Amino acid sequence: MLNVILRYRGFILGMVNREVRGRYSGSVFGSAWAILNPLAMIAVYTLVFSQVMQARLPDIDDSLAYGIFLCTGIFAWTLFAETLTRTVTIFVDNANLIKKSNFPRIVLPLIVSLTSLVNYAIIMGLFGLFLVITGRMPGWSVLAFIPLLAIQIMFAAGLGIFLGVLNVFFRDVQQVTSIVVQFWFWLTPIVYPVVILPEYAVSLLTTFNPMAEIMLAYQDIVLRGEWPVWSLFLDQALLAGASVVIGWWSFRKLVWEMVDEL
Amino acid sequence: MNSDLVISAVNLGKRYKRYDSRITRLADWLTGGRICRYTEEWALRGLNFQLRRGESLGVVGQNGAGKSTLLKMLSGTVRPTEGTVAVNGRIAAILELGMGFHPDYSGYQNAIMACQLQGWASDEIEQLIPQIEAFAELQGYMGQPVRTYSSGMQMRLAFSVVTAKRPNVLIVDEALSVGDLYFSHKCVSRIRDFKQEGTTLLFVSHDPGAVKTLCDRALLIDKGVLLRDDTPDAVLDYYNAMIAKREADAEIRQVETTHGHRETRSGNRRASIEDVESLDSRGHESRSFRVGEMATLRIAVAVHDVLEDLTVGILLRDRLGNDVFGTNSYHVTEEINAVEPGRHIFEFDLGLELGYGSYSVTVALHKREHHLEENYDWWDSALVFQVFPGSEKTFVGTAALQVAFRKVTTHG
Repeated sequence: MLNVILRYRGFILGMVNREVRGRYSGSVFGSAWAILNPLAMIAVYTLVFSQVMQARLPDIDDSLAYGIFLCTGIFAWTLFAETLTRTVTIFVDNANLIKKSNFPRIVLPLIVSLTSLVNYAIIMGLFGLFLVITGRMPGWSVLAFIPLLAIQIMFAAGLGIFLGVLNVFFRDVQQVTSIVVQFWFWLTPIVYPVVILPEYAVSLLTTFNPMAEIMLAYQDIVLRGEWPVWSLFLDQALLAGASVVIGWWSFRKLVWEMVDEL
Repeated sequence: MNSDLVISAVNLGKRYKRYDSRITRLADWLTGGRICRYTEEWALRGLNFQLRRGESLGVVGQNGAGKSTLLKMLSGTVRPTEGTVAVNGRIAAILELGMGFHPDYSGYQNAIMACQLQGWASDEIEQLIPQIEAFAELQGYMGQPVRTYSSGMQMRLAFSVVTAKRPNVLIVDEALSVGDLYFSHKCVSRIRDFKQEGTTLLFVSHDPGAVKTLCDRALLIDKGVLLRDDTPDAVLDYYNAMIAKREADAEIRQVETTHGHRETRSGNRRASIEDVESLDSRGHESRSFRVGEMATLRIAVAVHDVLEDLTVGILLRDRLGNDVFGTNSYHVTEEINAVEPGRHIFEFDLGLELGYGSYSVTVALHKREHHLEENYDWWDSALVFQVFPGSEKTFVGTAALQVAFRKVTTHG
């Protein structure tokens, strides 16, 4: 696997580069949009919600807190949803390439994960800048993002590969995925803080939605500068590992049948 | 592997599974294959061949014969279901058209991407790109998205990228037919240069001229089976005869289906002729044969009574209705057939030493040696088949007699 990545690093990096820029190809400002778009999002979430709509978090006395809360959650969720949904369709979308070129097809989901991560890095860089400017940058606890992101990406990529392989044979999978992801978004504390929920709802969420605990951790890091309680993430880490194994196993088992089917 | 061997295919076969619907696939998967509701389709089977360094091989065959499947297996894009392919060296392949270009990316980006897919290093790619650009001659279009390209332009780019570095094996699948004449010539001369330097070529084309000039060996594939592995001339001759035969076959069938059988049936129906088929020597149903070819007439009979004596007779007539040849089972075997009620199949093997043209077959079921005693069923013109020229010397008439000619003496 490492061998493959090393040998095809040119292709992988080239594809990521083209994917990130490709979104804005054909526009006059080109890559500038990669910065202008997230900036607009940050402005909307912070200014509109905090200043215009006067949305407040019940437990933090800060006019910008809700905007920051929203940004943290939505950006992380976008990374998750983008990785998952795009991995699900990656084999179908690249049918042409898969049928006509001989290359290790496993690099395709890798490209998706890396692309989503780069997009996330761009937006978080700008968001970080915003936090510094408004004087709300948390301390070293931001480093805790790294293991959490790793868990999240492994989970999304593994699950995505498994569903992506199935999607080649049953295109219903991508439809179901996009619906499930929408419900999943609202079942994850991103737009609403958990403190407004009754006790039993919170425990339901944190028990059955692996993304809920991760999302709470991001928000605590950014808003309160708190380090996550790592013991809470053992389940998530195991789940991420398992989903990678399942994804890899299903890919290995069905890759050639997939080529025949496309 | 012998170092001179570049490709060695042993008992190569590719099976595609075809499910009736997605539901049946789901059922098959969920039950772990206990409900096997797919049909197996062998695109190619039992293929053996070897290719040496510097050899160039043409692959011919009709659409759907399995040529592309073969090339895909050799290039590693598709995995064989059975058998093995061993390849010694780097393969470059242009499979079908366009080689999977991304329509929204520019010619440059696609060229770079294709190079990266070959696993080439970035500094090497940087050196190759100007060369690729120069060969493709797409001035002004390299920066445009590939979706704006014509198929000829895509092919020019594809060929330039794939042949940017000399591969050990070059696979070209029908690509050259797309480009204009000028570019085809350019491609051919590049292929020739590679050949001189030791590249092995595998070439699929419907253009017999290209196969003859570029290749020193050819394979003929038909319905997934390797029929011929010989010099291009021999293979193409065989291929042309095969196509002519198939065309004639289709024509006759069309006449049959549009006009229907203008049949005359008579007899007391104690036994009846259900179906008459003509088969070629490989057992495939056929309505056209070469002069001298062995054909089999297969006659399906439904017997309704216990018959102590059933004779099956055939009569061949030419297109004007003249009797050409007739016989029956009693004459051929001098045996009397007693049959039980049920369905029976009888076959006549015939050496068709006949002249060119179409012939009708009349089939009769009767008692004893002729139909006058008791006639069970008589089917006039049950089948029409055609005889067309084979490899024999030209002649006229309805009989293909063995002939020799010599000059014995000359008196001054």
